[in-house]
Amino acid sequence: MGALLRMILQRLALGVLTLFVVSVVIFGATELLPGDLASSLLGQAATPETVAALRRQLGLDLPAPVRYWNWLTGALQGDFGVSLANRRPISDMIAARLGNTIFLALYAAALAVPLALVLGILAALWRNSVFDRVSNAGALTAISFPEFFVAYILVLWLAQSGYFPSMVRISPVSTFADKIYMAFLPALTLTLVVTAHMMRMTRAAIINLMAQPYIEMARLKGLSPLRIVLRHALPNALAPIINVVALNLAYLITGVVVVEVVFVYPGLGQLMVDSVAKRDIAVVQAIALIFASAYVLLNLTADVLATLTNPRLMSKG
Amino acid sequence: MGWLYLALGITVAFGLAHLLRAALFRLAPVRWRGGLRGMPLTAAFGLMVIATYVVVAFAAPLLAPFPEREVVGAQFQPWGATHWLGTDRLGRDMASRLIYGARNTVGIAFATTALAFIVGSLLGLWAALRGGWLDQGLSRLVDALMAIPSLIFSLLLLTIFGTSVLTLILVIAAVDATRVYRIARSVAQGIVVMDYIEAARLRGEGSWYLIRREILPNALAPLVAEFGLRFCFVFLTISSLSFLGLGIQPPMADWGSMVRENATLITFGDITPLLPAGAIALLTVAVNFVVDWQLYRASGLREQAG
Repeated sequence: MGALLRMILQRLALGVLTLFVVSVVIFGATELLPGDLASSLLGQAATPETVAALRRQLGLDLPAPVRYWNWLTGALQGDFGVSLANRRPISDMIAARLGNTIFLALYAAALAVPLALVLGILAALWRNSVFDRVSNAGALTAISFPEFFVAYILVLWLAQSGYFPSMVRISPVSTFADKIYMAFLPALTLTLVVTAHMMRMTRAAIINLMAQPYIEMARLKGLSPLRIVLRHALPNALAPIINVVALNLAYLITGVVVVEVVFVYPGLGQLMVDSVAKRDIAVVQAIALIFASAYVLLNLTADVLATLTNPRLMSKG
Repeated sequence: MGWLYLALGITVAFGLAHLLRAALFRLAPVRWRGGLRGMPLTAAFGLMVIATYVVVAFAAPLLAPFPEREVVGAQFQPWGATHWLGTDRLGRDMASRLIYGARNTVGIAFATTALAFIVGSLLGLWAALRGGWLDQGLSRLVDALMAIPSLIFSLLLLTIFGTSVLTLILVIAAVDATRVYRIARSVAQGIVVMDYIEAARLRGEGSWYLIRREILPNALAPLVAEFGLRFCFVFLTISSLSFLGLGIQPPMADWGSMVRENATLITFGDITPLLPAGAIALLTVAVNFVVDWQLYRASGLREQAG
């Protein structure tokens, strides 16, 4: 148990270090800004006095490490400063949207993970069959489609006929059932895109395992293929499968941006795109930090879980 | 009805691919025939599509009935004899913009991938060759940059540097170069321990010679397959950014922004805005088919050799 605890602590420390480096990169990127932020914000109205006043207001007169420290400690307490475009507190703008985005990602994951695992295992089981070939070609095609293409095909097909709304209008008072219904098309789009990746990787992981000697042994013993896969292959495939799932949930983070814009879904991704267009660097930084942290944390969780299911990975470090 | 057309289209496409494969096999020099023999139909189809896109991209001014950026009719006209695919929301000819889009969208994606590849693979090979602190420093930097999802990082950089075609190319190339660096470095690490590299080093050859004459030829096969995959990735990223309004800017004809500009038509059941999106998807599928074949071939050849 001591070794296990040490491994988890080690991974956690590495995760915290990664998060720290990510925050430095995201903060440091603004230092690359050509020219002065204050004068480019003021544009035509820039006089030496107004520039100096704005610099003081934004804290730009402080040295970069001090500003980074203030930004980071603020962010950790949920205070991301104010938007450069409309001077509203960023945490207010983000709060409601963060919940919506998490809802959409979880919704898509709940649809995609079981579907992809079942399809992937079946394709591995019936390797080189018609089912395998068709699902593989289908997955390759789905991977190649831009998210907005999949989204608009669904709109044309399901929203045109009036089954589901093509625009998501979620308010804080919407009931859960309402939300599920409203967000069905965006969730389905994400599911289709992510399932393809996840299925291919599950299939590859299982096929890799099926070449192992102990599977050969089980087969020679005369066990049924289903029993071999469920009892012998699957427990050993858990580690790669957990990795596959985490990798694709991380992929959802970027997929969410495009899909939210297509369906006018009130989430973080849409806010980020709007802020990029307005060049509101403070908001973009805050959202980038949230997305990147989620990405790092997902990978970290997968790492720890995969090691727990397969203790042999521990010694590999 | 739609499904019937789709099935018919796929059948015709694969029939054509079959003919192309037969023709290629006849016309190719004898020493290439071995490689062409096992070509699956999907790969032939992919090659056919890629060739079509290249021709359309180069011959765009000859093929397009109307200029790229001029308003030539009323807004949102339906499909007809003069405007084959109708007009967009400003009254520009959709068919012509679709054809010019092949040049702009694909061209920019190709330039970006090429730039990412030159920078990423050279740095990766160099790091693997030199080892030591240079390798450690570059690799840790790349690790840090790769901890941020690429689309999010691109959005952050585009906010800072603004949106123009040049910044778009530089930003996406920089973000993707980190991924290429990883691959190139891991491929080269297996090569730099070979005896012939040692022999060349003892001859007193410099780093540049070693990269160019000894490592690169042996790392080419996996790098070419990676180029195909990277291209798909860059192409989809640029299209997504353009779709979000942050990529290639109007009035330049571009498939991603064409979808965005005319998306309202979809809610009226008009499929025209899906055509540019379909053009993006078709090219990506085609490249993936060819890469799949190449990867399969590379693994097969390696088994034979080993």
